[in-house]
Amino acid sequence: MKTALEAWLARHAQTLIGSLGRMVRNPLATAMTLAVIAVALALPLFFGVLLQNTRSATANWNQAFELSVYLPQKAGAERADALANQLRARPDVAAVRVIPADQALAEFRASSGFGKALDALDGNPLPNTLIVTPTLTASTPEATVALKTRIEAAADVDAVQLDTEWVQRLNAMLDVLRRVLWLTGALLGSSVVLVVGNTIRLDILNRRDEIEVMKLVGATDGFARRPFLYSGVWYGLGGGIGAIVVVAIAVAVLSRPLGHLAALYGSQFQLTGLRFGSVVRILGLSVALGWLGSWIAATRHIRAVEP
Amino acid sequence: MIRFDQVYKRYPNGRDALAGVTFNIEAGEFAFLTGHSGAGKSSILKLIALIERPTRGQVFINNQSTAAVKPRGIPKFRQHIGVVFQDHKLLHDRPVAENVALPLIVAGVARREIDKRMRAALDQVGLLSREKSRPLELSTGEQQRVGIARAIVAKPMLLIADEPTGNLDPDLALEIMQLFKRLNDVGVTVMIATHDIQLIDRFTAQRIVLAEGRVV
Repeated sequence: MKTALEAWLARHAQTLIGSLGRMVRNPLATAMTLAVIAVALALPLFFGVLLQNTRSATANWNQAFELSVYLPQKAGAERADALANQLRARPDVAAVRVIPADQALAEFRASSGFGKALDALDGNPLPNTLIVTPTLTASTPEATVALKTRIEAAADVDAVQLDTEWVQRLNAMLDVLRRVLWLTGALLGSSVVLVVGNTIRLDILNRRDEIEVMKLVGATDGFARRPFLYSGVWYGLGGGIGAIVVVAIAVAVLSRPLGHLAALYGSQFQLTGLRFGSVVRILGLSVALGWLGSWIAATRHIRAVEP
Repeated sequence: MIRFDQVYKRYPNGRDALAGVTFNIEAGEFAFLTGHSGAGKSSILKLIALIERPTRGQVFINNQSTAAVKPRGIPKFRQHIGVVFQDHKLLHDRPVAENVALPLIVAGVARREIDKRMRAALDQVGLLSREKSRPLELSTGEQQRVGIARAIVAKPMLLIADEPTGNLDPDLALEIMQLFKRLNDVGVTVMIATHDIQLIDRFTAQRIVLAEGRVV
């Protein structure tokens, strides 16, 4: 029993190496096929890496629910303090910070680079502002919106801005992009199946005589199909590795300028490439796609080869 | 071993290759199948190897009707019959050794056993020294002998050959025929399709003569 298993394994190993050898002996055609597969896989993969980075960069913003309450220009600092105390008394408010108009102007002058332009204005165009942080339980989008409406209803409030609105929009946008990514991935994944299938089909046509001879001496369709399935696995593996290399190069090329760009915005952001787990999953997927393509083509076309 | 019972074969193009063929070849027999080209020799061999199916009538191999062999069973069925082709049907990108071993590889025989039997088969056709050569490095006669070695490597009970001497000069042809005869002497049933009347006259053998799809 053990020797039968050994013989079986040895045969499979031999076929596996044999089909690799056949591909190596035909380097140009093999390289072309691998390149097509690699590009098809690299596109959604690179897109996915960018999306993943955007998501992880914005993930902590999601929690930062804050409301900016702008008071009218004419309202003084005492009015701001009074409103702040009033809001602090509310059960759904955790903290209120007052930013006096003077301080806001000083900060803006320092960080915006519009110092000279501001000097040209007479007086301070900025109002007194309150930054309201809701309690954790009141941090749901609905509760925050409710709080916003309440504050707006209060007297002496010019405008209330929910700071998370743009984060929510961004998240919605990322959601759409993620779907686009899945669709693109599915389309390009099926193109890998088609490319491998077509390559295997041509391979079978080229080796028609050989398959015929094998069938004449008693080979089953499964036996004749085996080397082609292994070719499909090699195509998938090679294309997957190619795609990972392409993405790694793209990440390396973009990483420095992106980090520089982020630093200009005062961010610590660093582009993250593919993690080990993703690499393993991608290789598994590309091997599966290659196998599927060769299985479909080989099953169909080998059955058709009859002596 | 081989029994044809009122066998008709009509091809899709409407040609009637066989029109009621009946004959019987006992186990251990040495038989020639003769007739002009187009008389139906190839059709009979194809029906035996299950490359074709009869339109009417029945073919029995080893007392088993081929009609009972389902498509899935064809590979197993072919593993028990050795076939020698006129055009050798060798794989030119593989060494002689692998060509001869092919029926055993296909049947899933263990590697060590394969080597042993492959060498024994090559020895029987006198080509043991050429096992590493490629088929195209060999002469036509040698290629034919490789084809015969491949046909006998799995020790089939039945060996059929389609014009095995068709492309050979008379001396080589005789040599190949004598090889078949030796195989027959050790118990293999042999059926050879040939139109080389002069050659078969030198052997005592059962003869099945075909003309226009009938045994005459």
